[in-house]
Amino acid sequence: MNETMPIDPEKVEPVKSVGVPMPLVDGPEKVSGKANYTADFMELDALVGRILRSPVAHAEILSIDTAAAEALPGVEALVTGADFVGQFGVLPIARTEWPIARDRVRYRGEPIAAVAAIDVETAQKALDLIEFEYTELPAYFTADDAIAEGVTPLHEKRPNNVERHVEYDLGEVDKGFEDADLIREGTYDCAEVCQVQTEPHAALAAYDGERDQLTVHASTQVPYYVHLMLEQTLGMPKSKIRVIKPHIGGGFGSRTECLHVELVASALARKCNGTVRIILSREETFVTHRGRPEQKTTLKIGMSKDGRITAVDTTTTQHGGAYAGYGTVTILYSGSMVFALYDIQNARYNGYRVLTNTPPCGAFRGHGTVNVRFAFESLMDDMATELGLDPFEVRRKNLLKAPTFTANDLMVNSYGLPECLDIVEKASGWKDRKGKLEPYRGLGIACSHYVSGASKPVNWTGEPHATVNIKLDFDGSLTILTGAPEIGQGSSTILTQCVAEVLGLDVTRIRILTSDSLVTPKDNGAYSSRVTYMVGNAAIDAATNLKAILTEAAARKMDVQPEDVECLGEVYRAGSQDQGMTFEEVVIAALEGTGTITARGNFDTIPESWGGDKYRGAAIGGSMAFSYAAQVVEIAIDPDTADIHVEKVWVAHDCGKALNPLSVEGQIEGSVWMGMGQAMTEETRYHNGLGITGNMLDYRVPTIIESPPIETHIVESIDPHGPFGAKEAGEASLAGFLPALTNAIADALDIRVSELPITPDRLMEIMEDKKKEASKKVDA
Amino acid sequence: MKNFISMTLNGRSRDDAVPGNMLLVDFLRETVGMTGTKIGCDGGECGCCTVLIDGKPRHACLTLAASCDGTEVETIESLETGGRLSAIQRGFHEKLGAQCGFCTPGMVMAAEGLLRENANPNEDEIRQGMAANICRCTGYVKIIESVQAAAEEIASKEDAA
Repeated sequence: MNETMPIDPEKVEPVKSVGVPMPLVDGPEKVSGKANYTADFMELDALVGRILRSPVAHAEILSIDTAAAEALPGVEALVTGADFVGQFGVLPIARTEWPIARDRVRYRGEPIAAVAAIDVETAQKALDLIEFEYTELPAYFTADDAIAEGVTPLHEKRPNNVERHVEYDLGEVDKGFEDADLIREGTYDCAEVCQVQTEPHAALAAYDGERDQLTVHASTQVPYYVHLMLEQTLGMPKSKIRVIKPHIGGGFGSRTECLHVELVASALARKCNGTVRIILSREETFVTHRGRPEQKTTLKIGMSKDGRITAVDTTTTQHGGAYAGYGTVTILYSGSMVFALYDIQNARYNGYRVLTNTPPCGAFRGHGTVNVRFAFESLMDDMATELGLDPFEVRRKNLLKAPTFTANDLMVNSYGLPECLDIVEKASGWKDRKGKLEPYRGLGIACSHYVSGASKPVNWTGEPHATVNIKLDFDGSLTILTGAPEIGQGSSTILTQCVAEVLGLDVTRIRILTSDSLVTPKDNGAYSSRVTYMVGNAAIDAATNLKAILTEAAARKMDVQPEDVECLGEVYRAGSQDQGMTFEEVVIAALEGTGTITARGNFDTIPESWGGDKYRGAAIGGSMAFSYAAQVVEIAIDPDTADIHVEKVWVAHDCGKALNPLSVEGQIEGSVWMGMGQAMTEETRYHNGLGITGNMLDYRVPTIIESPPIETHIVESIDPHGPFGAKEAGEASLAGFLPALTNAIADALDIRVSELPITPDRLMEIMEDKKKEASKKVDA
Repeated sequence: MKNFISMTLNGRSRDDAVPGNMLLVDFLRETVGMTGTKIGCDGGECGCCTVLIDGKPRHACLTLAASCDGTEVETIESLETGGRLSAIQRGFHEKLGAQCGFCTPGMVMAAEGLLRENANPNEDEIRQGMAANICRCTGYVKIIESVQAAAEEIASKEDAA
């Protein structure tokens, strides 16, 4: 039997990978249970780490007496805030959080001590022995309470509990309103929601005292930030730290920043010179949530009779918990994205990020854009109805024309929204069915968009945005080395496809190793939909560089010029009559004299994409490209129970070139569905700061039973800078569901829902109120 | 107090001494070392730990290991034959029923239980059969397609045989 089949150069063609629907490269281990997540590393000597959490929402810490706990046999280490040398946080200017509280606790559930013990029982017993003395301070659970006169500030540097006030005034807003034929204002409220990724947070930290080296496995989207924060909080040199991100059970922004779990596990491991595993419970994962903040938006839109928007004025307040986290970025995103979906020149924005005594919020999928999109698309629909215009037509009246820059200087080179609108209008049968459905049924439309990576990184280092290495060795195997975290979004598959496409090889020839700081190049992480765009481009660059090396080697061997060499993937040849060299032969030629080859590729954003400087923070929102989506939601409401049944969703998403149409569909379906959860059932609730929805039943995640059929259409407005023209696919379609649903409710019941989630009991109340109003009118 | 139990785990019989309060999921993961069965919640919420006990899908986090004496327990590790994916595993892989993969072992075992009971389920029956399992990635669209594809593959193999 021949080891390799003889290759007929007549028949050899470069293999197509891009644009081909393809299962995930790491699918087999996921479906067979072989994929190891952080909790699956069963280190025999691992100690059990447990965290003691604050029972009060706001207090001065008087003392934490750990003597009895430390004396308990089986307790190997105990740490408090005193064991850390620095604070952590996302923005270099707002690192205000200690891994374990010092001096003050600011929310219920904030860590106040942690132990590592030989087993769970001992660890729990030790926590029970810790004496915590404190003086309670006034605590604030709503934005209004937190910013009232004479409040106690949560942080000294924020005397009125406003973490950030963002303000801008673009164009001529007052004149815009003067020019309007119709001005309407509405207030919209979205509850706090949580990512509820299926894998609870976990960390495994191993400290090697002999070498002063720390190895951390962490369930994170940002291993590089974890690395930086370990250095910062433990005072260890970066070079002594190794961070590994194993398989991750979903992110959705829940671990887009370093969390205390990784830092605490590491501090414990160092203290006991051993290995410590902390696996948070689901309830603790809710406390550590970094979800989407509660947000109240008052929006005013001016519109001409034909539906052109003449001015927009947005005031919005988020209460985001006790620490800054991503908060400043979230409130900036709300401002930069609220109007930039459309061609609007006159826009005013006042955004307030408020500190409250609840667990800190963060960067939930669709970061900052979702709740203001709900407000915008709701009011736009009401105004269309009032002006007698079709909701599709109103949106079409306000479309951008790419290439362009928005009023806040966001660079838009590709804009597939018009096509998205056409597709869902047709697919849903809108023209024939809208307004003609049976009673209690409705159709609603909304649009949404999102960035393809933030053009300015949070940590400015002067390095390229993304770097990918490809290793090629004697065996002809190609290994992609990337720090880009695969978190289930399929990034490893996409990067493999990009490399395969450039080299014309089948994806099965290529392996990928991700997110181990020992061997993979640094990467900023999996957030703001940056990986496909930025790391994809870096992968293409690396593969192109590798191809040049191989082509040169083939040319040398065949004694021709490199430009005369044709790369067919498995064969390199000079001219169509040439027998050529097999890929293996080219590899042997390329390794002569150099040995193992590592080809590097980089990607950087261009300054035009940085978002301008018309107001402080205008860089947030700046991106190389934006994805666009439109969706129609059809519902049926039970008049007796107010139960809303989503019959069907038609969604069209402009993701540029769909590198892998199968995984693009998966991303869009997941986004729409997650939007449905926020719109209909999901809500993180607290009682005096105590989480009361810390499980997946009280925090009602939609099950397969009520999840609708989703008809997904992919629109490919090829982006000039995207990898093979690709853009974002995994976030934009979330935001549109919320207003599409409430617009459908308006269609069905003539009721404007402005508070989410719209649970059956809430809708029932509104329906009852409406009936009473109607009967009053009849009586009168 | 330890309980002595004998069970068949993935086709192999074994005897163990387990504490009376030990959950089956902890027994599988910590004692046996089979980590394919996942823990996604604090008990009975998510279905990530679904295994088959005497052929029926059960939450391993709501089952005491001691109660499994004399039973046949099957986990995700049992499904591959000859190093190849089972029809259901292949369905979830090829139809993208798994994204992050954390709920997948439980989903696959729930589907295994369902298809043994009902080889040709319609969409509603698939929804009913998988209702105890939460996925946060897929919106369930491709999970339904995965189970349908698996049912078709199993049926076509049986036709051929």
